[in-house]
Formats: sequence, C-alpha cells, structure tokens
Amino acid sequence: MGLAGGYAVNLQADFLIILPELILALGAMAALLVGAVYGKKATRSLICLMALLMAAAAAATLTGPDRASAFGGAFVVDGFTRFAKLLVLMSAAICLPMAQAFFDAEKQSRFELPVLIGLATLGMLLMISAADFLTLYLGLELQSLALYVLAAFDRNNRRSSEAGLKYFVLGALSSGLLLYGISLIYGFTGATSFAAVALAVKASGVGIGLVFGLVFMIAGLVFKLSAVPFHMWAPDVYEGSPTPIVAFFATAAKVAAFAMVIRAVLVPFAGAVAEWRQVIIFVSVLSMVLGAFAGIGQKNIKRLMAYSSIGHMGYALLGLAAGTKMGVQGMLIYLAFYAVTNLGVFVCIQSMRRGGEKVENISDLAGLSRSNPKLAFALAALMLSLAGIPPLAGFLAKLYVFLAAIEAHLYIAATLGVLASCVAAYYYLAVVKAMYLDEPAPAFDRGPGRALSAVVAISAAFSIVLVFVPGPLIAAAGQAAGALFR
Amino acid sequence: MNFLLDHILSFIVFLPLAGALFLLAARGSGKSVADTARWVALAVTLMDFVLSLVLWANFDGSTPKFQFVEQAPWMGDIAYHMGVDGISLLFVVLTGALMPLAILASWESIRLRVREYMVAFLVLECLMMGVFAALDLFLFYIFFEGGLIPMFLIIGVWGGKRRVYASFKFFLYTLLGSLFMLLAVLAIYAEAGTSDVAVLIETAHFSPLMQNLMWLGFFASFAVKMPMWPVHTWLPDAHVEAPTAGSVILAAILLKMGGYGFLRFSLPMFPLASVTFAPLVFGLSLAAIVLTSFIALAQEDIKKLIAYSSVAHMGFVTMGIFTFTQQGIEGGIYQMLAHGVTSGALFLCVGVIYDRMHTRLIADYGGIVNRMPVYAALFMVFALANAGLPGTGNFVGEFLTMVGAFHVNSWLAIVAATGAILSAAYMLYLYRRVVFGALVRPALQTISDLTLCEVALLAPLAIVALVMGFYPKPVFDVTGVSVSHLIERHAQGVAMDKVPAAKWAWREDTR
Repeated sequence: MGLAGGYAVNLQADFLIILPELILALGAMAALLVGAVYGKKATRSLICLMALLMAAAAAATLTGPDRASAFGGAFVVDGFTRFAKLLVLMSAAICLPMAQAFFDAEKQSRFELPVLIGLATLGMLLMISAADFLTLYLGLELQSLALYVLAAFDRNNRRSSEAGLKYFVLGALSSGLLLYGISLIYGFTGATSFAAVALAVKASGVGIGLVFGLVFMIAGLVFKLSAVPFHMWAPDVYEGSPTPIVAFFATAAKVAAFAMVIRAVLVPFAGAVAEWRQVIIFVSVLSMVLGAFAGIGQKNIKRLMAYSSIGHMGYALLGLAAGTKMGVQGMLIYLAFYAVTNLGVFVCIQSMRRGGEKVENISDLAGLSRSNPKLAFALAALMLSLAGIPPLAGFLAKLYVFLAAIEAHLYIAATLGVLASCVAAYYYLAVVKAMYLDEPAPAFDRGPGRALSAVVAISAAFSIVLVFVPGPLIAAAGQAAGALFR
Repeated sequence: MNFLLDHILSFIVFLPLAGALFLLAARGSGKSVADTARWVALAVTLMDFVLSLVLWANFDGSTPKFQFVEQAPWMGDIAYHMGVDGISLLFVVLTGALMPLAILASWESIRLRVREYMVAFLVLECLMMGVFAALDLFLFYIFFEGGLIPMFLIIGVWGGKRRVYASFKFFLYTLLGSLFMLLAVLAIYAEAGTSDVAVLIETAHFSPLMQNLMWLGFFASFAVKMPMWPVHTWLPDAHVEAPTAGSVILAAILLKMGGYGFLRFSLPMFPLASVTFAPLVFGLSLAAIVLTSFIALAQEDIKKLIAYSSVAHMGFVTMGIFTFTQQGIEGGIYQMLAHGVTSGALFLCVGVIYDRMHTRLIADYGGIVNRMPVYAALFMVFALANAGLPGTGNFVGEFLTMVGAFHVNSWLAIVAATGAILSAAYMLYLYRRVVFGALVRPALQTISDLTLCEVALLAPLAIVALVMGFYPKPVFDVTGVSVSHLIERHAQGVAMDKVPAAKWAWREDTR
C-alpha cells in the first residue's frame, strides 16, 4: 500500500467527517451563483434552499460518526460538537424566515442574505469542530466577516451601518488579540494543535510566556461572547442591527463562540486550570454584575437584550470556570435554554410594528396582555425564564451552572451571580409589568406570521414544559460534555 | 380508590394546574368566559379541598414517617418525591380550605380579566400545595419560588393604586431572600450528594461551619417569607395593595411557608446551628411581637393594621419553634393554622366593607354596627380571636408557644406576653373605631349588611376559629408524633456534635 493510496482513503473518510460543512459550503457557493444570475427575485427561493441545506447539514451531523478527527487532527467531531452544531443549525434555520419577514417589510430583501447567513453558519460549524488554533481562527474569521456585513445589511439605515462598522473595527481588534495569543502559544509550545499544546503543557507546565498567550487568546475569544470587559460593542450592535440578524448574533453566534471557547480552553489547557480559572471567574462575575446593573436603565428592548445577553454569558462562563464535566454540562443546558428563549424573544421584538414602522421601546409593549394576550403570555414566560424564576427553563439552566460552581468551591462567584440575578430580575419584570400592569398602548399591526408564531409558541412552551421533562436535555448535555472529558 | 390514594398528593397538587389549563383553553364571549372561569375555579378548588380532607381522613397520626409517598425519576439523580407527615398535612388542608373561600370572595369584586385572575389563583394553589408536599429540596424550591409569579400578577394587575410598587417590592424582596436558600440547597446537594429531604432530615450531618452558613441561607429566605422583623416591610405594602383574596392567601398560607420551612429543614438538618442562632431568632421574634404591635396600634389603614398584627403573631410562631420543646413547636404549628383562619377571615371582613365603601381608612368608618349587626358579630369573633382570647384557636397557639418559651427563659415568655396584651389593645381599638360609635358619616347611612354569600364565607371560618379554641385534639393527634420525632432527631443531632462518643453510638443505632 503506497502512501498516496493511504492518503486518498483518508481524504475520502475526511470528507465524510466534514459532510455537514461541505453541504453548507457547496450550497452557499451554489446559492451565490444562482443569486448572481437571477438577482433579487431569487431571494425567497434561496432562503428556502438555505433552510433545506441547514436541515440536511443537521441530518448529516446527527448521522455522522460519534467520534472522529480529520485532516491530521485539525478538525474533530464528537458528542460535544454534535450538540453544539445542532443548536447552531437550528438557530440559524429559524433566523432565515425571520430575516425574510423582516427585510420584506423593510423592502431591503436581497439574495446575499441567505448566502451570508449560510457562510456565517459554516464558519460557526468550523469553530465548533476546530481542534487546532489555525482551524479555529479560519472558522472564526469566516463567521465574523459574514456577520460584519449582515450587521450593516439594512444599508439605508444609518444605525445599521454604524453597527456594522463598530462591530467590524472592534471585531478586527479582537482578532488581532486572538492571533497574538495564538502566536505566543505557538512560540512557547511549538504547536498549534490542541492535542500537541496539551502535551506540551503537561510536560513542561505553564510558563509566564504561555500565560500571556493564554490570556490574549481568552481575551480574543471572550470578545466574541460579548462578556465584560469586552462587551462594549454589544449594546450598539444589538440596537442598530436588523432584528433577525441580532437574533442570529444572540443565538447561533453565541453558541458557536461558546463551544469554541470551551474546547480551546479545556482541551489544550486542561493541565493549567489554575491559570485560566481566575481569568474566567473575573470575566464571568463582571459580566453577571454589569449585565444586571446596566440593563436597569434601558428603554430600548434590543439594548436591554444586549445587556441581558452580557449577563447570561457571565452565568454560562461560571460553568466553564468550574472546569468540570458538570460545569460543561451546565453550560450546554444553559446554551440550549438561552438560544431557544432568545429566538422566541426576538421574534416577539420583530413583530413590534405600529403603522408600518418598527417600534422598539419597552413602553411600546404596554398593555400587550389585552391587545394580544397570546403573544404577551409567551413573551412574559420567556422574560421570566430569562430571569431564572422557577419553574421556568431558565431556572433549571441556572441551577446546573450554579451547582457546578458550588461543587468546584467557587462560593463567592456563585453568591455574586445569585445576587446579580436578583438585580437582573428587575428589568425582566419591568417588561412583564409593561405588558400586564400598564394601560394599553395602541395595538401592533399584526402578530408574527404563522410560521414565526410557531417559533414563539415552541420557545415559550419549552420554557414552561422543560421542568416537567428535563431528563432528555440533561442527558444529552451530559453525554455531550462527557465527550470532552475522557 | 387505591390508585387515587397512592397518587393523592400529585392529584392535589396538579388538579388546580389542570383547571388552569382548561380555563386557558376556554373559548367564548367575554362574559361567558368570566362565568365559566368563576365556576370552574370554584369547582376545582372545592374538589381539591375534598381531596385534602380525604388525605387527612386516611392519615395515620401514630407514626412520624412520611405518608402517601410518591417517587419518580425527574432530573438526573434528583427525584420527584412527594409525601406528607404530621407537620405538613394540616397546611395542605388549610390551603385546600381557604382556596374556595378566596375564589368566592372574588366572585363579585373582580370584574376585569376574570379568566386570567382565576388562572393565576389556580396556578398559585398548585404551587402552594407543592410547597407543603414536596420532599426534595429542588422540587420544594421550585414550588416555593414559583409562587412569586402568580402572586406578582395578582397584586400587580388586580391591586390598588400603588400596586406596581407593591408587586415589585414583594417579588424582589422574596426573590433575594430565596436566592440565598438556593445557594444553601446547592451546597447541601454538593456536600451530601442527595437532595432527598426524607433522607437528609434523618441522616444529614454537616460540619458546624457548614451548618451555620446553610442555616443562614435558609433563614434569609424563611425570615423574609414569614416575615420576621426587620425584613417584614414588603408585607404591609403587599397586603394593602393586593385584592381581598390575594391578601387572604398571602396572610393565611404564604406566610406559613416560612414557619413550615424552619420546621421541615432548619431544625432537623442543621440542629446545632439552630441552637446557635436560637437567641437571634428569639430577639427578632420579640422585636416583632412588641415593636410591630405598637406599629399596628398607630395604623390608619385597616389592612395595614392587620398586616402588622400578622408580623407580630408570626413572632410567636418563630419563638415557639426555636424553643425546641413539644409545646413550643406544636403551639407554633397551631398558631399558624389558627392565624391562617383568623387573618384570612379578617381580610375577608375588610373586603366586605371595602367593596361597599371603597376605602380602607379606619377614619372613614364608625358606627356600622347600627347598619350591619351580623357583620359586627362576625367581625368581633375574628377580632377577638386575633387578639388571642381564650376560647379561640389563637389562644391555644399563643399559650403553648409561651409555655415553650417559659422552659427556655422566663423573661422571653414575659416579654412575649406583653405582645398578647398589645394585640388585644390594637384589635379592640380597631373594632371600636370601625364598628362602634355614632354613625355620623353620610356615606355609611345606606351601607347594607352581609349578603347570604358573605355569611356563607365568614360563618364557617368563625366556627372553625371557635372549635379550634375548644377542641384542639384533632390537630394535635396529627402533629404530636411527628413533632416529638423532630425534637428527638434535633436533640440527637445536637448531641452528635457536643459529645463525639455519642455520635458513634448513635450511628450504630441507626444501622
């Protein structure tokens, strides 16, 4: 058997492993061609096509191998990547019809939209599966570039352009930090693959240079999570970007970034928990506290959701700070809750239109419980779930993260987190108050369409029903987390 | 029948939830939906009451073991575990008994968004029942905290002028307290490896430091819920703004969750810490009994006065519980039950005149005995019961807690006894200003006496209050064995830390 033959066999196997990514990559390129030929009128069909491709990618992810690596270990699939990828694909697929509804209403519909969402999703899948700092960086950049454009997609709107520009400048800065960190790590370990770095750390410990690299890398990665102190971009980008794109940022992009952070920290630096734990705890506690306090004064609901997401990133990071299987399991449960809930919330926000114009203030929701009781009920359930009030899903998610933190003896961080969640409860309650306690404002034009109403209904039902059947999600997250700790 | 009895707690807990779901799905015009909502809510709460009576009838008071136990897998290692013993059973019955009255009290007075109102009450009943029936820490916590949402809406949507302020204060105050309990629950789970209450209260043994910290965590939650002085300030606001039925449930049942929590968790799981912190509890209890009684004396608003009197009476309960004596604890339970009946009834009484006059200020009344003799008679029964007059259930409770306190420290009992005098003072003062005197206000000239429905609401409560005063045996038959077991277990727990040798001896015993 010659070398070439062996390689060919391997290549074929590798292509099977990256089948979900291949589907999206080829599909996005094909969509780009079709769009270039047919222009605007192809948008609708391309959105359908992209949704189908995502479904196919999800199916390929589900049926793919349980544990495999491709391209010399630069790309891995296992239970963990499967869980995260399914979450990302689900979120992305739901953002597609949201985007269509939004840009149709704004008369800004263009064929690049599904292509960009597809490419961003492809980048996310790569980030999740990356087992080498270079793969990670490539995936991250593919995702980010597509997202910069998407943030400015409502191009006649100045705030949207501003959001895109801000996101781009600060994102480029964070990429620089990340690359610098990676180069330091490479310089001090001589490797970029996670496994090789892990071996080097195990063999010779963590020197000061590697700690620098680690901190720069974490800073770059945490930027993508919009965790404090790298959160400044989030409120402006959330407020300015088109709502469905914000939903995409808040769900798919956050899940992917989290999966990337978990693997990039836990696998190569498993032997240096003490070094990165303090950094993560610092970021986590600050995010929880800032997210809670800064949200109080917000009037714009998208800005509020930005601070809410900063806070939630803090809670999820608490699971990473624990550094245990339980912690990762908690984070995955948290991410699932967070993605599903945020999708519902953003569909609700998107349907806030009055007289053909979008309205975004919390006070615009006044009296929604009377003008549209179903939407109000769903949004109230989602808000209280985000606040972490039992018996809703958000409580179970927080429960697992805090449990992991307590088991890892992070008492102070857990206590601060718990206190912050009480502060944050105030602004979630304020939304419920507007809908239920205030006198009605004029009704919204109409609810979200039938398909998007289903999204809201499912997401609200998830918040309410999870407590009755928590088993499957907990088991799935446990299995996924187990893949990282073997 | 067996199937019913085996799962009776689940039925009791989830029947109201089923009723709420049914109401949410109801279709029709505004008025017909409102009527359906009222009747369905009444039927469901009555059925739940009957079920709770069936529970009582089938309860075996001769064993401290948990009965009607149900266990099923739920979240990972955490099981769905339900059961009642002598301490929790009567709270289930109390909840069952008061809910239909709360629904009836809202029959006419709630006209806006009736369906949502009834749904909120049914969900609340589910959660309250769950609190008393849950035998898993996480399950308990979910029921305990979940109750905030419906109560927030009840106060916020159907409340008075400052309802937004009151509902936020209620929600955030209790949430903050409970979050400390959540931390303690997590720590217990991390330390002991189980969250099963039945196991924990029999075998848990934590280090003194852990005990102290976790005791404080639970205390933060229960003290706010009770409410104990000085964290009681949410209660007067919540009571004043809540609709009548909301006040009834708040005073009669939600406040009892704190006392129940001390008995169920703090005493058996952290015996040493309970002893360590008993002086703190006594101090706060006395402050509540004396200070808030004086505050009650100065109130201008009837509901506020009763709210402060609730704080004072809960002071007797916490004092009794932390004497660790049979009399003190049984007295505390009895006091909670009796206070549940009388404070609920008093809020109903306030609701009656509020519905007619739309004011709660004492100064706006006076001399209504001339127009409302039946009302005056019933109100008197409850006012005197609240003052702890012998012959009412409250007397039995207060007396026993003071007997318990006497065992600990005679000064404790003496100071507490002044509270009994003060409560007579403010109740009689209230009664005189509202009911007696000359009927001078023109608005009161046409006020009408109780309707049949209102009599039907208040009379049973008056009878129960009096029966509890003369014949407390049915209650003690239920609580006696469980309480003595609790005290025994508590004493063992304390001994384990005090005398290391005894610790080993006891461990051998239990195996």
